[in-house]
Amino acid sequence: MTTAAVKPATMAQALQRAMRDAMAEDPTVHVMGEDVGTLGGVFRVTDGLAKEFGEDRCTDTPLAEAGILGTAVGMAMYGLRPVVEMQFDAFAYPAFEQLISHVARMRNRTRGGMAMPITVRVPYGGGIGGVEHHSDSSEAYYMATPGLHVVTPATVEDAYGLLRASIASDDPVVFLEPKRLYWSKAKWSPDAPAAVEPIGRAVVRRSGRSATLLTYGPSVPVCMEAAQAAEAEGWDLEVVDLRSLVPFDDETVCASVRRTGRAVVVHESTGFGGPGGEIAARVTERCFHHLEAPVLRVAGFDIPYPPPMLERHHLPGVDRVLDAVARLQWEAAS
Amino acid sequence: MTVQELPGSAAAAYRPTPPPAWQPRTDPAPLLPDAEPYRVLGTEAAASADPELLLRLYAELVRGRRYNAQATALTKQGRLAVYPSSTGQEACEVGAALALEDRDWLFPSYRDTLAAVARGLDPVQALTLLRGDWHTGYDPHVHRVAPLCTPLATQLPHAVGLAHAARLKGDDVVALAMIGDGGTSEGDFHEALNFAAVWNAPVVFLVQNNGFAISVPLAKQTAAPSLAHKAVGYGMPGRLVDGNDAVAVHEVLGEAVARARRGGGPTLIEAVTYRMDAHTNADDATRYRADSEVETWRAHDPIQLLERELTDRGLLDDEGRQAAAQAAETMAANLRERMNADPVLDPMDLFAHVYGRQTAQLREQAALLRAELDAEEEAR
Ligand SMILES: Cc1ncc(C[n+]2csc(CCOP(=O)(O)OP(=O)(O)O)c2C)c(N)n1
Ligand SMILES: [Mg+2]
Repeated sequence: MTTAAVKPATMAQALQRAMRDAMAEDPTVHVMGEDVGTLGGVFRVTDGLAKEFGEDRCTDTPLAEAGILGTAVGMAMYGLRPVVEMQFDAFAYPAFEQLISHVARMRNRTRGGMAMPITVRVPYGGGIGGVEHHSDSSEAYYMATPGLHVVTPATVEDAYGLLRASIASDDPVVFLEPKRLYWSKAKWSPDAPAAVEPIGRAVVRRSGRSATLLTYGPSVPVCMEAAQAAEAEGWDLEVVDLRSLVPFDDETVCASVRRTGRAVVVHESTGFGGPGGEIAARVTERCFHHLEAPVLRVAGFDIPYPPPMLERHHLPGVDRVLDAVARLQWEAAS
Repeated sequence: MTVQELPGSAAAAYRPTPPPAWQPRTDPAPLLPDAEPYRVLGTEAAASADPELLLRLYAELVRGRRYNAQATALTKQGRLAVYPSSTGQEACEVGAALALEDRDWLFPSYRDTLAAVARGLDPVQALTLLRGDWHTGYDPHVHRVAPLCTPLATQLPHAVGLAHAARLKGDDVVALAMIGDGGTSEGDFHEALNFAAVWNAPVVFLVQNNGFAISVPLAKQTAAPSLAHKAVGYGMPGRLVDGNDAVAVHEVLGEAVARARRGGGPTLIEAVTYRMDAHTNADDATRYRADSEVETWRAHDPIQLLERELTDRGLLDDEGRQAAAQAAETMAANLRERMNADPVLDPMDLFAHVYGRQTAQLREQAALLRAELDAEEEAR
């Protein structure tokens, strides 16, 4: 296939294609959730799956998240590979009991006898003008639960590759989809998908020598823009897209920070008790002697997600990233 | 060795004692809903309906329909972030509001701003959540309306708890909780109904069965004979009512509220109605339902049903119709005007109400935002 023939695809389409290909290859893959069938999901990510594979393979469930995930556990026990959709971040909370008490620890409880090959897809994050309960970044809860993988794509290519890898994983994956990137586009062809990388590898999105921005999901484009803007200030920023929060790629992250000597963690989730605390601690523990400045965090404020008319004040944007970079003790270096 | 093989009198000694006779704890028969949704309009019973009530309901329905149309228009103009319309469901919304006394409490969902407005809430305050300038635009205590609730069914246990607390305190307060058909599948629905029945709480559950949970039809939601039948399993009465018959809704809700108030316990009411518009302005209903189905329901419109009755009885003429329309228009014009003004926002409010006493950490973050805003202002 020539590059000229490759049409732009959205992240939503790449995710749909990942499920479609997984379902075509593996008859044990079942998609289930609220409105995923006839409607194709409120974000159209499951568009066409019920039509192509039938309602037994792509099922509109009763409206109950605990029931959706709980029955997925039973289906997995009997050899199926459920891919469940939670309609929005904050509507996954009724499923917490099943996730924390069963999905995450079944392998451990049964000494490896019973795995939970379940993918829980969760649209997350803000920036879409959603009213309350539609914009949470809940990754810290999931990260704090041993037994769960936590994966989040930032590009169209990764959306496909990471979702394929997640569905193929024998361990449960909370797959966080940055909803404001659903309509982001890239020239990407499902006929020549990027190699499916194993879960747990970060990637350097932009190389630079001055400092490293450690980020993921919806904040990756923000950091790329910040790196671009930083050039004018004379900073050459490296951007690392973590892609997987659990497992965490210490190797790629630390290699970058050792090279640049400075790091800022950027995410939408709250700062206090948020993912950035863990990341900054790991980097400090491993790279202390290479650091020219403390690892800083740029995060959402420690507040319930604001209403749409105020969300721009909450979301970490380019300016806040640049302000943090400016505070990386450059005077000491000269 | 089996009992039968035992010789003579010894066999009796080995026979297990029969269990005590089993009695149902509650006789299920009186709890069962009618086979058909209860109706007044178009039946003989309509003739004895109080003219004053009919006219009041009519005025409220016309106003409610206009309110829905105005909010929908404002959404198209970008003045609301989203609007889940209750067009076609006005009889339930208005009925819920009128069933309650001032001291009672209403627990609405995101679709029930009309019920809140009919209860006396300022429409702009009721629409704050959907405009997007704050989450709840009113003090819940003023009109005893709990915050509009979006996480489905989670408001139901709250209603039960409030009703229980009121009873413990000796207040004759009733709580009315509103929920959709889809929401009845959630675990919180089950837990709330069970608590309500076990505690004999003065609470009424109003399920508006409007046929859909976004795209999912009721058939995929439940295999129960009706949602009202679920009541029986909890030991409370279930009532099935035509949700487009404002008089029937008013009567059934009134009875349930009165029963709760006199200590008779909770009731589950299923009002059968139809969501005439898409789930919200962001939804495309043509993907999952036929226009012909919508048309069938248009012929069973709550306003038309009532208007026919009023006209037949000579209680409404063109003048009366116009007066109702005019009153609705005045409300709409006022709403339009007020919603077309940009709300005054203070970004510092982000930190104002997270805790009763702000933490040192939040003060630090507030200072950061303050500095950003000042710099923004200076650059202007
Ligand atoms: C716990 C939870 N899960 C999912 C949603 C997303 N959601 C919002 S409305 C809706 C459908 C609700 O249908 P129904 O209860 O019938 O009420 P209706 O919208 O028809 O009034 C869904 C799935 C939600 N708000 N809360
Ligand atoms: Mg409904």
